[in-house]
Amino acid sequence: MFKNISEIFYRGIIKDNPIYRQILGICSALAVTNLMLNSLIMGLGLIFVASLSSLTVSIIRSYTPRHIRMMVQTLIISAYVIIVDIVLRAYYPSMSEALGPYVGLIITNCIIMGRCESFAQNNKPFDSFLDGIACGVGYLSVLLTVAFFREFLGFGTIFGIPVVGDWWINWIFVIMPPGAFFMLGILIWVANSYITETDIESTNKKTNAQGQKESKSNAITGGAN
Amino acid sequence: MESINPLVILMASVFTNNMILSNFLGMCSFIAVSGEIKTSLGLGQAVTFVLGATSIINYLLYHYVLVPYSLEYLRFIVFIITIAAFVQLVEMVVERYTPTLYYSLGIFLPLITVNCAILGVSLFMIIRSYTLLQSFFFGIGSGLGWTLAIVSMAGIRKKIKNSPIPKGLQGPGITLIITGLMALAFIGFSGIVRIQ
Repeated sequence: MFKNISEIFYRGIIKDNPIYRQILGICSALAVTNLMLNSLIMGLGLIFVASLSSLTVSIIRSYTPRHIRMMVQTLIISAYVIIVDIVLRAYYPSMSEALGPYVGLIITNCIIMGRCESFAQNNKPFDSFLDGIACGVGYLSVLLTVAFFREFLGFGTIFGIPVVGDWWINWIFVIMPPGAFFMLGILIWVANSYITETDIESTNKKTNAQGQKESKSNAITGGAN
Repeated sequence: MESINPLVILMASVFTNNMILSNFLGMCSFIAVSGEIKTSLGLGQAVTFVLGATSIINYLLYHYVLVPYSLEYLRFIVFIITIAAFVQLVEMVVERYTPTLYYSLGIFLPLITVNCAILGVSLFMIIRSYTLLQSFFFGIGSGLGWTLAIVSMAGIRKKIKNSPIPKGLQGPGITLIITGLMALAFIGFSGIVRIQ
């Protein structure tokens, strides 16, 4: 049981990291990462939505007709996003203003849909819940990394606290949209080189084999339906 | 926001406030489909069409159904249902009446429902409180801007196909960096018109 949990987290955060490895949900990863605080709130919102919608989809998975499942998943996700939006507007209006439409755009964030479709549809509720959290944490970690570099270089602050002296000249470029593209591109480069290396070392051959077996069985169940 | 000429909004949403290059919307399909010029042009056409239509439908729904009953908080769910239903409807109509168009456009239609640019346009037009005509031009302009970006990206990717790119940077990495360069070039337009 514990091994299973740690494997889910290992896969969600490192091996199948939604942004580095699968290039999912990068719209918001680019848009909200000019400040670390924005990214943190966005990531927490995504963890909430991803985990609970995976849980719900998994609970009702045997009652959902196969051909309307996408619609059902979208509705479940939107319901949770509305909760996030209302809570933000009630308790944190300034953040709701700063994030603007990107809170609503969690609905079309492919990470959540992808996890519902590929994991929650075929697994037990508790595992799916953890998988949602793991993917959310993976997403949050990337967001915070991008935001750290952008905020540090662009404003000389971390979480709004100045960390460098007056001599620091802000790199306005990093705050502007092109800076976001460059920063994420470079981070994907670094992450890909690092992850490919560890894969070649194949210290975790066993995990890989297990993952393959699992994905194969997933494919079979998908095909049977 | 009443005062801005709809044509200004059209220009601005193509060049200065481009959906991909300054609002980062629709990135998933942008990276996945920008391999071929022909397919990206097809997807761009479909996106422009759906954007133009759903911006009007969502405007009417929001201002004549949701606001009178003060149900604004339901807008996410209503918008996404509208988009999904509209895409489904278009797919059926096109398949029934113009099969040739269906074969060139049809495969892209299901992809569009999950394109964040569509939902993003509907949300932006509510936040910026556009009028009906402004919303329509905003939708069309965003679609054209998206098409412009994805088609030029497909052209660039075709050119760099045989270039020696470092292994970790291949695929999405280099696409993101090229997009950054394009965004940098589009900043040059920012003096022309300004909406926000």
